[in-house]
Amino acid sequence: MSQAQLPRIMRGREWARPVRPARREVLSAAPAVEEGRPPLLFVPGFGHGAWTFAEHWLEHTAGRGFPAYALSLRGHGGSGPAPEATLRAYAHDVTQVAAGLPRQAVLVGHGAGALVVRHALARYPARAAVLVAPVLGDWATLATALRRNPVGTLPAVVGGRLRLSHRQLFSRDLPEADARRYASRLGRAGRRAQWQLLTHRAPEPAVGDPPVLVLGSPDDRVVPPAALTRAARRHGGAPLLFPGMGHDLMLDARWREPIDAILDWLEKDQASA
Amino acid sequence: MSPSTDPGHPQPEATTLLTRDGRPVSDRGDTVCVIGAGASGLTAAKNLKEHGFGVDCYERETGVGGAWNWRHDRSPVYASTHLISSRPFTQFPDFPMPDDWPDYPHHSQLLSYFERYADHFDLRQHIWFGTEVVRVEPVAGDRWDVTTRSTGGYGPERTSRYAAVVVANGHNWSPKLPRYEGLEEFRGEVMHASSYKDPAQLRGKRVLVVGAGNTGCDIAVEAAQQASHCWHSTRRGYWYAPKYVFGRPADRVNDRLIALRVPLRVRQWLYHWTLRLTVGDLTRFGLPKPDHRVYETHPIVNSQLVYYVGHGEITPVPDVARFHAKAVELTDGREVDPELVVFATGYLPRFEFLDPALLGDADGSGRPRLWLNAFASGQPTLAVVGLVQPDSGVFTLSHWQAVLFARLLRQRVTRPERAAAFAKRVAAGAGERYSGRVKDSSRHWFEVGHADYLRAVQRALHQLEGK
Repeated sequence: MSQAQLPRIMRGREWARPVRPARREVLSAAPAVEEGRPPLLFVPGFGHGAWTFAEHWLEHTAGRGFPAYALSLRGHGGSGPAPEATLRAYAHDVTQVAAGLPRQAVLVGHGAGALVVRHALARYPARAAVLVAPVLGDWATLATALRRNPVGTLPAVVGGRLRLSHRQLFSRDLPEADARRYASRLGRAGRRAQWQLLTHRAPEPAVGDPPVLVLGSPDDRVVPPAALTRAARRHGGAPLLFPGMGHDLMLDARWREPIDAILDWLEKDQASA
Repeated sequence: MSPSTDPGHPQPEATTLLTRDGRPVSDRGDTVCVIGAGASGLTAAKNLKEHGFGVDCYERETGVGGAWNWRHDRSPVYASTHLISSRPFTQFPDFPMPDDWPDYPHHSQLLSYFERYADHFDLRQHIWFGTEVVRVEPVAGDRWDVTTRSTGGYGPERTSRYAAVVVANGHNWSPKLPRYEGLEEFRGEVMHASSYKDPAQLRGKRVLVVGAGNTGCDIAVEAAQQASHCWHSTRRGYWYAPKYVFGRPADRVNDRLIALRVPLRVRQWLYHWTLRLTVGDLTRFGLPKPDHRVYETHPIVNSQLVYYVGHGEITPVPDVARFHAKAVELTDGREVDPELVVFATGYLPRFEFLDPALLGDADGSGRPRLWLNAFASGQPTLAVVGLVQPDSGVFTLSHWQAVLFARLLRQRVTRPERAAAFAKRVAAGAGERYSGRVKDSSRHWFEVGHADYLRAVQRALHQLEGK
């Protein structure tokens, strides 16, 4: 094991200046029968709130026997305002909610929420982690976004709002009205957090060495397939791909396929544990 | 019988192994034994489990939380006990306390935190409640025979053989009682702070509190509000640090300086300067002048003591010289006539189930000689977790001690040469201190500066696992 992979013990600055508390929105769905399965905590990406998971995935997860929770990062959805939030504050929100759950949780991060999850994994020993269409903040992703949607992306480069079009987020299978309605609900991440997508330090090693699953779509118009492959390789695997879906897999027309794949993977992991 | 690491009570019937004196032994294979389910025992169990080890944890009480569970008969907490180190320094590094809790949580919040920790990481299935450890003996192959029985001595003893042992039995439960001439003749009430639970015990009485630890100061402050009078006897002068400076918990301000690598001398100077601005000249209140600089004794964090001295509700007095039937004579010749004397004179660590020589305490002085306050020379599969008196919270330190031990046990299998190098380091470093210059007393021999200590653990981890 290299020294870079060792946990960092001294955290003087964090101890001296802990993240300020913020009001956090947490939505949940409980299974009809408690079977002792690990809870899933869904972490939405930038601009998204807990509602994106409440549409389909929360109830579906609970229906398959897993307690399901989704949070809105500060400044998003129904959580308290936080225009100056940083990645550290977002990761803090995740560890706070995860540690507050009755049992060791599985963290599921979507989009930039996957990067937040990777940072949170250094501070919370998750049961497992799932990175869904992860935006891990490399330059290739920025280049793709600029090419596909220069008008929506350019303002974000100078600290403005990142505007993703519904065509980037959803496949054409999703009715136009639904796609527009979902896109109109998107908010924006903190300016500093947005910049940190490109300037952040590499996340520290995950504590507890949890298994990690990466999944996405080769037709995602935000995360290129190469980025999915790179993300999966970091965790020693290949990405699980769902052709024909957009970036927001949890809202797209075929939303059931990826969540079923995640739950199948968890059931298999539990059986082998 | 195949070695078992599954949770489940050891079954002596299922084995043919015997102890040295011929009793049957249950072989628990690679399982590690953890003694105590307080903060240190819980984090040891959780981290060993996380590193793939089976765990049997023995707890003499019927619940988790150790010292912080006020229902336990050995718990030192009293109704008003609050943390004296603020949340970020006190919580486990990978299981944060809720950030809407106060800076200095109440003991009942601490207990709920440990109960949640145990449930969150599914630890209760590994804990044998109501079971106390009677003996821990080394056997061949660096393994250990652990003999247990029901708390209170009921039922038969049973012995199980473990791959390793973590001693996490706490150090704040065996009261240290001072000896004074004439104490037997004293007709007033005498108690140790361990028996103090509620301010009602002080109400309306003339109370003498002996000892200036954090507990002594807390009880003196409660006596100031409840008793008809309070004398506070201290052997020397202390620095009474406020819980808040500049509107923020004082330890956070101090750690900002430590993070910036400000040298100890400069931090001491800044601290003295801050205290002069906030608390002022203590001798003006009749308190003795400290005979040491800050950080040279265990920090006393109490914003109220000086306030009540200033209101005349607490009378500072020197050490007790001797007791008479109806009075207590002080070293300055004065006599006071308390109805109740509370000895807040601390606790002594005890490991009565273990031969003191195994912890490097060959002369039985009660002070083990360990490296990093955790590892005994010549005992590669034994660790003491939580035997630290830090200038901060203990739980973070216990967590990293447990992680280091779990990784050491793993390296014994995967890279034995690294484990051997670690053993050499343990032998060379036994008795090392991590606290700068501190007073030599039974209270301070295991005092550690949390930053120095954690940096030493970080180095040890790098040496154990680095390339």
